[in-house]
Amino acid sequence: MTQPATDGPLLLQMSGIGKSFFGVPVLSDVDFELRAGEVHAVLGENGAGKSTLMKILSGAYRPDAGTITLEGQPVTFRHPRDAQIKGISIIYQEFNLLPERTVAQNIFLGREPRRGPIVDRRAMDSATGRLLAQVDPSGTIAPDDLVAHLSVAQQQTVEIAKALSFDSRILVMDEPTASLSPHEVEALFGQVRVLQKKGMGIVYISHRLREIYEVADRVTVLRDGRKVATVGVTETNMSDLVRMMVGRDLEDYFPPHATSEELGEVMMAVRDGNVTRRLHDINFEVRAGEILGIGGLAGSGRSGLAEALFGVAPFDSGAIELGGERVHIRSPRQAVRRGVAFLTEDRKAEGLVLSLSIRNNMLLAMRSMGRLLDSRLPHPVSVRELAANVDLRATSIDQEVRFVSGGNQQKVVLAKWLATRSRVFIFDEPTRGIDVGAKAGIHDLMRSLARRGAAIVMISSELPELLGMSDRILVMRNGSIQGELPSGATEDDVMFMATGEKASVPA
Amino acid sequence: MTDLTSLQPKTRLVLIGRKILRAGSAPIFVVLGVIYLLASIVVSVANEGTLLSIDALESVLSRSVGLGIVAMGQTCVLIVGSIDLSVSYLISVSATYSSAIMNDDPNKMALGVVVVLAIGALVGLANGLVITKLRVNPFVATLGMSFILSGVLNASFQDYSGAVPDQFQYLAYGYFGPILVPFILLGGVVAAVWILLRYTTMGHHMYAVGGSEEVARLSGIKSHRVIIAAHVICALTAVVTGLYLAARIKSGAPWIGPDGNYSLESIAAVVLGGTALSGGRGGVWGTLAGVMILFVLDTSFNSLQVDEFLQNVARGVIIIGAVAVYTYRINKRRR
Repeated sequence: MTQPATDGPLLLQMSGIGKSFFGVPVLSDVDFELRAGEVHAVLGENGAGKSTLMKILSGAYRPDAGTITLEGQPVTFRHPRDAQIKGISIIYQEFNLLPERTVAQNIFLGREPRRGPIVDRRAMDSATGRLLAQVDPSGTIAPDDLVAHLSVAQQQTVEIAKALSFDSRILVMDEPTASLSPHEVEALFGQVRVLQKKGMGIVYISHRLREIYEVADRVTVLRDGRKVATVGVTETNMSDLVRMMVGRDLEDYFPPHATSEELGEVMMAVRDGNVTRRLHDINFEVRAGEILGIGGLAGSGRSGLAEALFGVAPFDSGAIELGGERVHIRSPRQAVRRGVAFLTEDRKAEGLVLSLSIRNNMLLAMRSMGRLLDSRLPHPVSVRELAANVDLRATSIDQEVRFVSGGNQQKVVLAKWLATRSRVFIFDEPTRGIDVGAKAGIHDLMRSLARRGAAIVMISSELPELLGMSDRILVMRNGSIQGELPSGATEDDVMFMATGEKASVPA
Repeated sequence: MTDLTSLQPKTRLVLIGRKILRAGSAPIFVVLGVIYLLASIVVSVANEGTLLSIDALESVLSRSVGLGIVAMGQTCVLIVGSIDLSVSYLISVSATYSSAIMNDDPNKMALGVVVVLAIGALVGLANGLVITKLRVNPFVATLGMSFILSGVLNASFQDYSGAVPDQFQYLAYGYFGPILVPFILLGGVVAAVWILLRYTTMGHHMYAVGGSEEVARLSGIKSHRVIIAAHVICALTAVVTGLYLAARIKSGAPWIGPDGNYSLESIAAVVLGGTALSGGRGGVWGTLAGVMILFVLDTSFNSLQVDEFLQNVARGVIIIGAVAVYTYRINKRRR
């Protein structure tokens, strides 16, 4: 192990941590340490084991193997509350805040200051004010503001204030910048430095390399549930980190882009599409054989665009053309009839009926489209053929779909749309929640789908995926398309367009 | 931005006004005002009378007070994300058992009240335990409880049972100074539940459990206790309603709860007032407005002698409309 960048006392030592779910190891023999005043980044792809490690640290999971030592004392946590009392706070991506309650009520939930049975509102509000003053010096948040009325960045500030209220020595931040603009990211880093000066140890989970260079002192890289290395950020460079994280160079990581011969006719075009208050002046085309990436921050209208194309929340004005022909897509049913497929972000809720078998899920859309004795119905589809087409790995096609892995679930959704003979595929976050090995499989499938003449619109908030997969990238901001980037653009190009702000860090 | 004391008086007023408007139950008071106005105009034109004539008031008052009390308990239950369909029969249990125990004997008034309150607490506890420990869906659990209570009632009483002593009827007809005692009773229950929800830790935890049981759990709140407490409170309010009805009609009968449709009407009043059926949001003032809306409707329809079926159609439309508006507002905010 290299020398730590800070020489603060050792706060936390996790050694030999192992954890399996249903016999599948997700973490094995992971060591991790944290010093006071240090920002220690944990880097790894989705499924590398970052979240599991942090859930063990915060008491949500109990490790199968290994020990946790806090300031020299071995500890075991039975409940997240145990960890919190011992000074470990965690801020999840999904905040643990009650939107209908005030900032102060949220911060002191479960330990409200009181006089007898009565909550001492004044004490609570003033304590909250003092906490907020540390992390929100410009005073944009009041203790009695309703959380629902705060922006995402402000809600995160409330979470940080909550961690302060516990006198936490250790703060875990899970992908804290996922939906922040660069300006807000700067403010967050300011907050992190304040906490650092107070001697807190901060575990910073991210897969955005640039941020790690700006904010972290050391970085631990995880891959496939194992620790690859712990290094000081000054002793490493970005391509080393990428190699450690993915196990190979980024160039070999995605299937090759489309060549100009592979691009065919325009399959889908949108002319002056508008959705009141959500989307403005949407104009684009996507060709057969092409993967068109859609980038932008959360809330920029990416998902709204997908919903408009698929008729979930149709355009109020403007036109959609499919194969050069103007079509009306006012409902998902019409979209499916025209050969448009939508692979939603939330597979489990919107893409699959979890209690049905793989077979029935694959045939779901086709069956609901067919009418009795409809001669236009395609030939009976062979489920086995579909499964083979998407390279599905399952013990049986009669297995309930809930029991297969995320990657295979995504393949089932794709097979569902292959069964309806779709030609235009909209992927919203195609590999979210899918582990690293399976990700590449999904990417290969998408590319081969394009090679066979499909047009693909891919929304992704993972910049490497967006840059690695797209033949062309549209970047959205505030409900309109801000601009177009060719393949070969950089992360900075995308972020600049997505936010209108120059990235402050030279990468 | 909201250090109210440091601002100019005018700005302060604007800020306070905005806070009130932002409060979840604000729109229902607007609706209440509009309905009240419309009703008074229609009634005065049609009958050449005023809406709040003493006679008209009197006829619906008992229902509104009874409904108002139990709706306060129902508010707590809905805020924790549960529901109680058993209050109708519990109201009957309270009215019949109390008047049977008192049996026109003033010395047994306290005994009657204590016994039915204890029964109520047990019923609420049972509801809460079945929901939290056996993990039975609250809808099913309290529906089952209402069958049980109805069976017990029918086995015990066929008709009016016993009678409450005249002194007990003070609860329904007496005056305290210039104020009718039922209003004080309702006011007391409203105030108690308001203080509970707004100022006590238990109340804060009720909102938390209803808002997100996971968040509550991670904050160390024992959510089962909170849910059970809400059900006990609700059952106790049902008992108070039963006592009030017994005082009003002198004797309890097994049908007074179900005939008054208190289970569904109390839920209707609560959701009319902006409390979310899914929990975590709402409060007593909205519920009170909901009860008043139902009251104004009843009063005006009665004085216009509108067909009862039509009355119910109108109620249905208003309840659905109000909830649709809340849903719209919330969705708009989330956009």
